[in-house]
Amino acid sequence: MAEARGQEQCEDTFPKLLLRNAKIFGANTAIREKDLGIWQSWTWAQVLEEIRPYSIGLKTLGVKRGDTVAVIGTNRPRLYWTFAAVQALGAVPVPVYADSVAEELAYVLEHAGVGLAVCEDQEQVDKVLSKSDDLPALKRIVYDEPRGLRDYDHTHLHSFEWVQEEGRKAMAADPGLEARWLEEIDKGKGEDIAVILYTSGTTGRPKGVMLNYDNLVISARNGNAFENLTEDELVIAYLPLAWVGDHVFSYAQSLEAGFCVCCPESMETIEFDRREIAPTYFFAPPAIFEGLLTAIMVRMDDAGWLKRRMFDYFLAVAERVGEKILNAEPVSFLDRIRYMLGNFFVYGPLRNRMGMLNAKVVYTAGEAIGPKIFSFFRSLGINLKQLYGQTEASVYVTIQPNGEIFPDTVGRPAPDVEIKITDDGEVLYRSPGVFVAYYKNDEATKETKTEDGWVHTGDAGFITREGHLKIIDRAKDVGRLNDGSRFAPKYVENLLKFFPDVQEVVAFGHERDYCTVFVNINLTSVGNWAERNNIVYASYQELAGHPKVYDMIERHIRQVNRELAAEPEMAGSQIRRFLVLHKELDADDGELTRTLKVRRRIINERYAELIEALYDGSTEKHVATEVTFEDGRKGVLEATLTIRDIAPEIEPELREAAE
Amino acid sequence: MNITANPAEAAADPHAGAGEVLLSVNDISLSFGGVKAISDVSFDIRKGEIRAIIGPNGAGKTSMLNVINGFYHPQQGTISFRGEVRSRMRPHEAAKQGIARTFQNVALFRGMSTLDNIMSGRSLKMKANFFWQAIRFGPALREEIEHRRRVEEIIDFLEIQHIRRTPVGRLAYGLQKRVELARALAMEPDLLLLDEPMAGMNLEEKEDMSRFILDVSAQYGTTIALIEHDMGVVMDLSDRVLVLDYGQKIADGTPAEVQANQAVIDAYLGVSH
Repeated sequence: MAEARGQEQCEDTFPKLLLRNAKIFGANTAIREKDLGIWQSWTWAQVLEEIRPYSIGLKTLGVKRGDTVAVIGTNRPRLYWTFAAVQALGAVPVPVYADSVAEELAYVLEHAGVGLAVCEDQEQVDKVLSKSDDLPALKRIVYDEPRGLRDYDHTHLHSFEWVQEEGRKAMAADPGLEARWLEEIDKGKGEDIAVILYTSGTTGRPKGVMLNYDNLVISARNGNAFENLTEDELVIAYLPLAWVGDHVFSYAQSLEAGFCVCCPESMETIEFDRREIAPTYFFAPPAIFEGLLTAIMVRMDDAGWLKRRMFDYFLAVAERVGEKILNAEPVSFLDRIRYMLGNFFVYGPLRNRMGMLNAKVVYTAGEAIGPKIFSFFRSLGINLKQLYGQTEASVYVTIQPNGEIFPDTVGRPAPDVEIKITDDGEVLYRSPGVFVAYYKNDEATKETKTEDGWVHTGDAGFITREGHLKIIDRAKDVGRLNDGSRFAPKYVENLLKFFPDVQEVVAFGHERDYCTVFVNINLTSVGNWAERNNIVYASYQELAGHPKVYDMIERHIRQVNRELAAEPEMAGSQIRRFLVLHKELDADDGELTRTLKVRRRIINERYAELIEALYDGSTEKHVATEVTFEDGRKGVLEATLTIRDIAPEIEPELREAAE
Repeated sequence: MNITANPAEAAADPHAGAGEVLLSVNDISLSFGGVKAISDVSFDIRKGEIRAIIGPNGAGKTSMLNVINGFYHPQQGTISFRGEVRSRMRPHEAAKQGIARTFQNVALFRGMSTLDNIMSGRSLKMKANFFWQAIRFGPALREEIEHRRRVEEIIDFLEIQHIRRTPVGRLAYGLQKRVELARALAMEPDLLLLDEPMAGMNLEEKEDMSRFILDVSAQYGTTIALIEHDMGVVMDLSDRVLVLDYGQKIADGTPAEVQANQAVIDAYLGVSH
């Protein structure tokens, strides 16, 4: 095996890697899919046998070098095979988000000039058909799942099986065809475009990120080497095909290392499927971990007395020593015994339940994960790590290396990645994974990628003392306090939002003397607390204004200030004054977006008086706010809000100096 | 590109009424003591169609379904199924002949999983004797594997993979209804009777259920008779509609004809006497 792997440097494209895998890992399972309740599997040799006639069939349908082919659907083996089948012909696959509406879909298909679309099922076919008048380049559609499509006109619409059959017929009729197919694969080079991934931009039209084989193959190889991933790994593919993470984790890395990808039965069965597969390498956004934690806690509330006692006891042990053991730090012998028992009775079963029994490494990325949630999973013995990546980087920018895990950073630069921070605090990187260009959008390419290959992330951050990257906010939201120090509102807000009592925070400070915040309390959490402490309240407004609630929030803010003080870059952003808002910020009032992100501009307008009060030294402010009820009626909410001052913490080093 | 998505027209419109008569009901009368539930009703159900039975509360709709699947025995009249006049029969005989049904208030085994509930729909088709079934070996095991495959196809068809192992008592109402449909489908019936398949569902669940009913009709060619109160659903789904009021047939025809019928309008809106 070692010699076979030694030659891998010459396999610089995915079709070549596929041929290699069929040769050296021929009998290993390459892909699985749960169908009719049973895991169906294909070995690498079988996958090649599936892809070859399919690819040749696509060729007879007219797909040729340089064409683009859309791939629309969820994670199914045949759609992954489509990538390789298309790439073998020198054409470029363009995966599209399965849940995009017809307009978004049509935009991508039109922009990419797609001539053939491979759709998962009737739903996707219907979406494409509904826009076919606007897609003059689109000639044919191929589908995977025939259900409901039987009676459609099949002149330009073909089933996967039909295409394969055409390929087989063509091969039978022309014995030289297969050799020419292999020659075509051989023509592929590292600098050819491998895929175009459209970023689901929040603003403006999506941009097509062109990645070449070198970008993806080298990034995949580095990623595999970094985490020591071999052909024995198991992953579960459940994230969108069009997202770079899935493309790298479930396609590029699988082909590079030769490991097995498992496709779930349906989007609703992922939890069960994951438990059955027990992947060794797993990725999930923070929301999934939050969901898992909540599910565990809810179920434990219903558990019997003995189980609850055991759970509480061993969880306390894990909290104390679990992370240390995972980081291979010294832990007393007795604690090790306790942890081993806990592993047997609690942590192991929990990991099993979550499908993480065999997880070698688990990544989370996308947004900040709460440090408590992060530590919870690590203390159970799950090697959860944060990753910072971008489509433009073929995922990898930074990763937390084993043994150097800090919940508030995203780790060190990944292998072969260079990082620099501009004077404005924006993070730039350069790596072998850096994209070629945006498809048909030179202007955007110039804005993002410099002449010498550095890419602007649009994120503001800094390098901590340990040499780790810390992301603080979107670069455009970062402002400055009057004393010139940097002010990143989201960074401050996130620190405070990690307290379960806090629902929402809005921080102010740009062009001001100091930082102040509006706080929304979490009614469930604070309501529970009030019940336990015999605090009577009739409404959100009353509870929010309660002096004891103010005391509690003040304690949280002091804690946040201590954390800020410990970070020289951020020490100036300590919260000096705060108020608890008399109403919850609400999407119906336009204060939040529908995805529950704060709309700063609206808040600045609606609460201008309150913001002034935060800076004019007053301790109370009477306001009347217009609110919109769910049925559209409007009303006015009047309240007198208290404003509290908080003395800033001193930076630890200065404090030592002062003493 | 020129692709037409015209499943309805292309499928030779099975609902055009060309199908042969699968079940015909002739002059049925049913009474409980002095209460006349059904009086002198005649109608037929043709192969492959979706037939709706509507009417105000207490019109005799459910009684009619109960007569069809042999649960009630009418005092007068005859029923012929597949051309043969049926003698007095019990529900399990009707089931054996290929009539399956779902109930107005879900009648599943609440403690059993979705899978087991649907498997129970296959029990009539199991041939292995009690001995082999008891030890779950030999012919019984082979048979079970085959039945399980059919059940899994239905699970896939109705998109309920995620609740395969969940006890049905824990499921939301809309899903229970879907499991009940799955169990009825597991019998591979020629005639499927659905008693208010969408009662108590929200709009989205109703849309899902409508799609499944249409898919069942298109894919398996199953003849369906359904009772439903949601007029929008009835008018969209069904090929022909039978209207009952106080146990009597007051109209029978296509949705458009029925909608325009004065007697129907009166029955639903009430008339001043």
